[in-house]
Amino acid sequence: MYIIVVGGGKVGFYLTQTLLADGHEVLLIERDAEKAERFVDTFGAVVVAGDGAEAATLMNAGAARADVAIAVTGEDEDNLVICQMAKQKFHIERTIARVNNPKNEHLFRLLGIDVTVSQTNYILNLIEQAIPERSFVHLLSLRHADLAIVDAKVAGSSMVAHRAIGEIELPVNTVIAAIARGPHLIVPTPATELLPGDDIIAVAHRDQEDALRRLLIAG
Amino acid sequence: MKVIVMGCGRVGARIASVMDHNGHNVTVIDTDSRAFRRLPADFAGDTIIGTGIDEDVLRSAGIDEATAFIAVTNGDNRNIMAAQVARLIFEVPEVVCRIYDPVREDTYRRLGLTTVCPTTSISAVILDHVIHADNAVVHRGGGG
Repeated sequence: MYIIVVGGGKVGFYLTQTLLADGHEVLLIERDAEKAERFVDTFGAVVVAGDGAEAATLMNAGAARADVAIAVTGEDEDNLVICQMAKQKFHIERTIARVNNPKNEHLFRLLGIDVTVSQTNYILNLIEQAIPERSFVHLLSLRHADLAIVDAKVAGSSMVAHRAIGEIELPVNTVIAAIARGPHLIVPTPATELLPGDDIIAVAHRDQEDALRRLLIAG
Repeated sequence: MKVIVMGCGRVGARIASVMDHNGHNVTVIDTDSRAFRRLPADFAGDTIIGTGIDEDVLRSAGIDEATAFIAVTNGDNRNIMAAQVARLIFEVPEVVCRIYDPVREDTYRRLGLTTVCPTTSISAVILDHVIHADNAVVHRGGGG
């Protein structure tokens, strides 16, 4: 695959390194000429200095035959325009943008960016998962279907404790996919009884995440 | 009408002051409070410090009621992003976006934004003068 990476910060640097190691053809575009020169010492002739939002830079980078464009600069407006130019002008099929301000994630999706990666949200999620006794953790967003995968711990005081799944009225568009009880994975059936301390892995439509949280956590 | 001007440089300040003089309700946004010094002393509109690519800043500037949004910061990409937010999220009826890079301007015009490219328009004006002068020289040469 031919992949164009724009922005030579830490993310762009390690991304380029990883993609090259995976055997992809990569071109890294970095605005700062001195920085770009240093990258040439590391990566060889796969780095060019230039503005990735400028058509001439993309053209020289062979954007017309690129499969993927990834914009990982520190400025959201630059990442947005880089991806839109890649798509509109060079018809690059897949565009991925880093989102620095989590508020912009929703916006980027509306504006046609295929995939957005919000560092802030990602780190927040990881920290949430690491905090012990967190009772409801958002594990993953499945963007295309607007679904979320969540992990909820059943409290002793919860309404659903000691009840069979079949008796529980789940919010619409939610499903209990698995139950982790200590070291055991339980594939749920309507007869499965939920016990305090169970970790429920559920898939929920984004709109229903709060309803599910209230049901599983509230006493 | 309610107008929001993003970027209080020479162009932004001038647009804001003209609209204000004409009795419109004007709000100017800039990241640098010193930029507002470019506005005339009798400017009656509002000024907001912040970036126009932030939905919350736009909301506090009153974008929900705005009839026009004008993006004239020095950053092409910032203008493009703010203009798209104004047009697509807040559905402002009249959105104008300054883009210095002619290729980018062409691309976003095709995508439906109302764009102004100072690079091409000013070049055209200057070229017009130069060509006129050249014709005059030829004419004079031919006549003498």
